[in-house]
Amino acid sequence: MDQVIHIFRKEFSAYFISPIAYIVIAIFLLITGWFFFATFFIFNQANLRTFYTLLPLVFAFVIPAITMRLISEEINVGSDEILLTMPVTFQDVILGKFLASVALVVAMLIPTFAYPLTVSLMGQLDWGPVIGGYVGAVFLAAAFSAIGLFASALTRNQIIAFIIGLAICFTLTLLDKMLYFLPRSLLSVFAYLGADFHFQNIARGIIDSRDLLYFVSVCFAGLYGAYLALLQRH
Amino acid sequence: MIEVENLTKYYHTLCAVDQINFDIQKGEILGLLGPNGAGKTTTLRMLTGYLQPSSGNIHVKGLSIDKHILEIKKILGYLPESAPLYHDMLVFDYLNYVAAIRKINSDQKLARIRRLADLCGINEVMHQPIGELSKGYKQRVGLAHAMMNDPEVLVLDEPTSGLDPNQIVEIRKIIKEIGKEKTIILSTHILSEAEATCDRIVIISQGKIVADGSTENLKRSAGGKNIMHLSLQNADFETVQKSLASIKGIEHVSCLSETPGALNVRLSYLSTGDLRPDVYRKIKKTDWILLDFHQETQSLENIFRQLTKES
Repeated sequence: MDQVIHIFRKEFSAYFISPIAYIVIAIFLLITGWFFFATFFIFNQANLRTFYTLLPLVFAFVIPAITMRLISEEINVGSDEILLTMPVTFQDVILGKFLASVALVVAMLIPTFAYPLTVSLMGQLDWGPVIGGYVGAVFLAAAFSAIGLFASALTRNQIIAFIIGLAICFTLTLLDKMLYFLPRSLLSVFAYLGADFHFQNIARGIIDSRDLLYFVSVCFAGLYGAYLALLQRH
Repeated sequence: MIEVENLTKYYHTLCAVDQINFDIQKGEILGLLGPNGAGKTTTLRMLTGYLQPSSGNIHVKGLSIDKHILEIKKILGYLPESAPLYHDMLVFDYLNYVAAIRKINSDQKLARIRRLADLCGINEVMHQPIGELSKGYKQRVGLAHAMMNDPEVLVLDEPTSGLDPNQIVEIRKIIKEIGKEKTIILSTHILSEAEATCDRIVIISQGKIVADGSTENLKRSAGGKNIMHLSLQNADFETVQKSLASIKGIEHVSCLSETPGALNVRLSYLSTGDLRPDVYRKIKKTDWILLDFHQETQSLENIFRQLTKES
């Protein structure tokens, strides 16, 4: 566990040493802020619905950009040879990098607390769905980070890693909106696979174990995939 | 200390390392030699646990690498070829990170980093990003990285590649210095380097071991024929040939060049004994003037070329 923390610390600070963190956070705030407040006064409702509707889609773009370098850069530079010949396991490496990515997303979400605060000044805000939404956002971020990490472990090229990660996250986000193409018997299965479906449940303020289980299993699948990809490489 | 048994590595269908066996004793400096693509780096990567062998096994201090890889990594220090380090980290931050992963107590950490910085001569670049360092400094940071845990076994993959002659001498000095107490394995394709630093040399060609032994042993076993060169004045080839060929053991006398000033003769004989005294006595009896008289030693380069070309 010590090793996970050391790797986490190194990766997390690496985001802030390079301009990656600042650029990603700035773009994220710009997009969500713009789309949230552009329609906020038209709807004239004191809630964060539009913010949460948008969030999975923005995450599907932003998180693969955060995770794309995590493993593929190591493979490309060759520094994985240095890292993996120190007394660490694949699990330590993957977990440390995964946590760094989730932590960066959390750091990215913190400034958005300004939105509910602003809204609460203007009307009666129900804090339940807001808190639920943030909890859901962290779970969603973890799931997408795991997928991004898996994509990053597949290739030495960061751009390919980004596109693979984006493709998977994007599909999971839009899956439950594409259901009318599917036969009725498969509906419930595909509805369950959609990330947005589960996220919106939590964002309504209902924290259901089924939704949490979904995110945990996506995390596990992604991280295990990354582990297998690394194992295969050696 | 280290036993390598039938180690084999396939990359898909390409066989990079083919059933090699060797042992390394404690305190030995072993040089792994071979032409490009011979399997040196692959062997070292398997030794350090970075790659998994396709078959065969490695034991380090009695621990098998497929079961106790973490314990082995703890006593191993490894400098990969061309020192691939994190480019955007500062040297100090990087060494600090390595120290943390190597589980060095926080109260000893700074002292340890300072000692390594002195040893490797990187004090003046401690607060520069690694990506901005010259190749030589990067190599030194890599060396400091490899020695962070005071490893019992140090594995260096071409430690002097890309360094200037001064730095090469310095790095060799460091290696010799550490080699007094530690077991070191280094790969190189610079023969003089292997000769200067290593106690023992293993030559690999196309994934197989073609020679294993100390430099003297290698030279002796590869010997075959010894060659002597003579340069004489006041002599003609025919009489020289007749007189020298009569010495017992001399196989062949040939003329390399004949000018009015000097006659250059080449003698070859089987390397069973030293024939120099006999040759000298023979010459002493004549009125030839001896300008030059030397025995050609089989250089490591010749041996290397012979062994790696054959296979």
